[in-house]
Amino acid sequence: MSTFSERSTRFLHCPIGLLPRVLLMTAAGAMFVVYFLPLWNLTMFAPQYPHGLRLDIYDHGLVGGNGGQDVKEINVLNHYIGMRDLTAEDFTEFNWMPFALGAVGLLFLRAAVLGTVKEMVDAAVTLAYVGAFSLWSFGFRLYHYGHDLAPEAPVKVDPFMPPMFGYQKIANFEVYSYPRTGSYVLAGVIALLGWAMIKAWRDRAKPVL
Amino acid sequence: MFRRLIRPLIRRRAFAFMAVATVFLASRCAPRTSDVSKANASDVAAAAQKVYVPPGEMDEYYMFSSGGHSGQVYVYGLPSMRHISTIPVFTPYPATGYGFDDETKKMLGGLTWGDVHHPSLSETNGDYDGRWLFVNEMNGRVARIDLRDFKTKQIFGPVPNVSGNHGSAFVTPNSEYTMMASRFSVPLPKGTYVPIDRYATDYKGVLAGIKIDPESGEMSLGWEILTPPFDWDLGDAGKKVSDGWMFWSSYNTERATGKLEVTASQRDRDYIAAVDWRAAAKAAAEGKGDMIGGVRVIDPKKVPGLMYLIPCGKSPHGVDVTPDGRFIIGSGKLQGVTTAFNFEKIQTAIKNKDFSGEEDGIPVLKYESVKEAEVPVGLGPLHTQFGPNGMAYTSLFVDSAVASWKIGEWQVIDKIPVAYAIGHLTAAEGDTVSPDGQYLVALNKLSHGRHLSVGPSQPEASQLIDISQEKLKLLADAFTEPEPHYAQILKTDKIKPIEVYPKEENKHPLAVWDLKSAGVTRQGNRVTVKMVAVRSTFTPASFEVFEGDTVTIAVTNIEQTTDELHGFGLLDYNTNIVIDPGETKTITFTAKKGVYPYYCTNFCSALHQEMQGYFIVKPR
Repeated sequence: MSTFSERSTRFLHCPIGLLPRVLLMTAAGAMFVVYFLPLWNLTMFAPQYPHGLRLDIYDHGLVGGNGGQDVKEINVLNHYIGMRDLTAEDFTEFNWMPFALGAVGLLFLRAAVLGTVKEMVDAAVTLAYVGAFSLWSFGFRLYHYGHDLAPEAPVKVDPFMPPMFGYQKIANFEVYSYPRTGSYVLAGVIALLGWAMIKAWRDRAKPVL
Repeated sequence: MFRRLIRPLIRRRAFAFMAVATVFLASRCAPRTSDVSKANASDVAAAAQKVYVPPGEMDEYYMFSSGGHSGQVYVYGLPSMRHISTIPVFTPYPATGYGFDDETKKMLGGLTWGDVHHPSLSETNGDYDGRWLFVNEMNGRVARIDLRDFKTKQIFGPVPNVSGNHGSAFVTPNSEYTMMASRFSVPLPKGTYVPIDRYATDYKGVLAGIKIDPESGEMSLGWEILTPPFDWDLGDAGKKVSDGWMFWSSYNTERATGKLEVTASQRDRDYIAAVDWRAAAKAAAEGKGDMIGGVRVIDPKKVPGLMYLIPCGKSPHGVDVTPDGRFIIGSGKLQGVTTAFNFEKIQTAIKNKDFSGEEDGIPVLKYESVKEAEVPVGLGPLHTQFGPNGMAYTSLFVDSAVASWKIGEWQVIDKIPVAYAIGHLTAAEGDTVSPDGQYLVALNKLSHGRHLSVGPSQPEASQLIDISQEKLKLLADAFTEPEPHYAQILKTDKIKPIEVYPKEENKHPLAVWDLKSAGVTRQGNRVTVKMVAVRSTFTPASFEVFEGDTVTIAVTNIEQTTDELHGFGLLDYNTNIVIDPGETKTITFTAKKGVYPYYCTNFCSALHQEMQGYFIVKPR
């Protein structure tokens, strides 16, 4: 009777079938598509902004609604409460995230080509790490913007945490924060990976060659 | 005996009869108000529903109303009849800073009033294209308003030789030209002395075509035609079949002077001029005509085929071409009919030289040969507008009414009283090749207290009339600033104005977009201040110059958000400018000793009050 570690080592070296490879290729492709899709969206309504101010977050930058004007408008409003300007330069994430996501895509490609469970696990772990770190960093940024307020600001507000998910009322603004298509594609990638894993597990005993 | 008995009885009866008659007569008196002048909405609830535009919703039409001697253009929404904004044109307007910054001050050229009469929207194929609005004014000028931002972009003139530019700004069907015409003939060139008793021979009128650049809309002088000293009144360009011709009405063809209301009303017929404007352009291009007042002026008797006169009774005012271009409607203001002339018959009469005379060498066509019909519209017909399906609407000044009638049938269909004394009228796109119908606005000269009393200086009255059915119905009254002459009604989908000036489009040499570039530079005694306005600070917030310096302050509003306007009011310098989002404006003046606050005059934000600074002038 083999030990658990022997069994897991054996599984890790199992070759994977055609379907998991196709799923991995698809996931790899999706990772590159994510570059072009917004990951998250913040929308703010106030009585004098009936059409809302919109902010789309991509893995490589911030895009304001209304041809980019909304970011400038958000910054103009935020300066009254002493919040720092939202500028792309402040977000180091925008420099490394496209490469990190691209690297994950390459790991998927590698797994599809080399074709054992081991490569698939590499990709999954890296994706989990990049995903979790990105979410944490997003939250960290929001926290800092809401807490790092200039003491000489004309309007004093209590430090606050803007919503990461869902709705929140901040002063006269209704703020909505929700994932957008890019995040849904990433969720799809995770689903594809899960499917490929399950398929590989079920196929583990079958000889491939 | 009998007589003696009967006489007192008769006397008593006579007294009784007289008493009854007196009581009867005393009980009969004039009504307190005239039925005719009531002119109220017939069905109030139905009318209210038609004009009510709920909060947050928008009107269907723009109405561009001339502001007369206020020198401005007023923008209304229809059917609500709400005044939405004022476009300053010939008069400084501190509300938008117009006429205070260097650029608009230069455009006004030192004149501080104008008498705006006839707005004329640019056209393509005889239909409004929503690019520009041209307006004339009596001091020989025409202005162009760009409908992209509702701003006056060019004031052209005063144009030499044109005197009292009333018959203007009527554009041709593809906006090739906007027209000008003298209402008050003078000896030419201007500045020449000729006694009034030589008016008939030595005073001259001028008709002019102002060329419009098809891309930029920029105006330049096309041609001028020298005419007898008639008072050129109104005009309209031919369209479709009559495209290429321009028609102008005239009064005082008697060439009289003095008490014109009598002396200029002697003839039974005056003239409508028909000018082949392409022939005029060709003659000008060939260098024909004589130099007068620095420009070349064509004498029509030396260029045959250029100009003809059509007799029209009596002292005609409005001349309006039907949407199909086939008929020219001339309204003799001192008679009870409006006259339809047939363009085809005019062409035939010209070909056959069917003339009844000439005026200074200009052929006069025979009235009977060119007249199609006289429509018995009522007293004092002035102007005609059109609806779909051949409908026509004529304003009646003396009757104080609007009559509707049909082209081809030439019979009045309906008449509606208006309050009061209507001048122009305007129907929805009612002077184009495809009128919309639906709405008509009566532009009345007198309001006679149909509004809350505001003292003796009373506003005018514009009344919205429903013309969607055969029966004309009054819908609403609006009170307009003096003084609407003509107005035009444009469907809202024809234009899409911008609401901020995009940063990329701002090419102003003194524009600054970041706070670090703002500041003061000096060259000799010329000081240039590049200033940034953004909620809620002017940068710099204070600066110093020396007494006697020539100071130019260039304020850039770096906002790119709708309705974030900033004003720059400089106290004690008679200066207030308003800078729209993305705009740069400059003011230039000489510094006088002292300390002068400047502040944001156009409310911008919660800390608008704090948006202020100091201009500090050191003694030399």
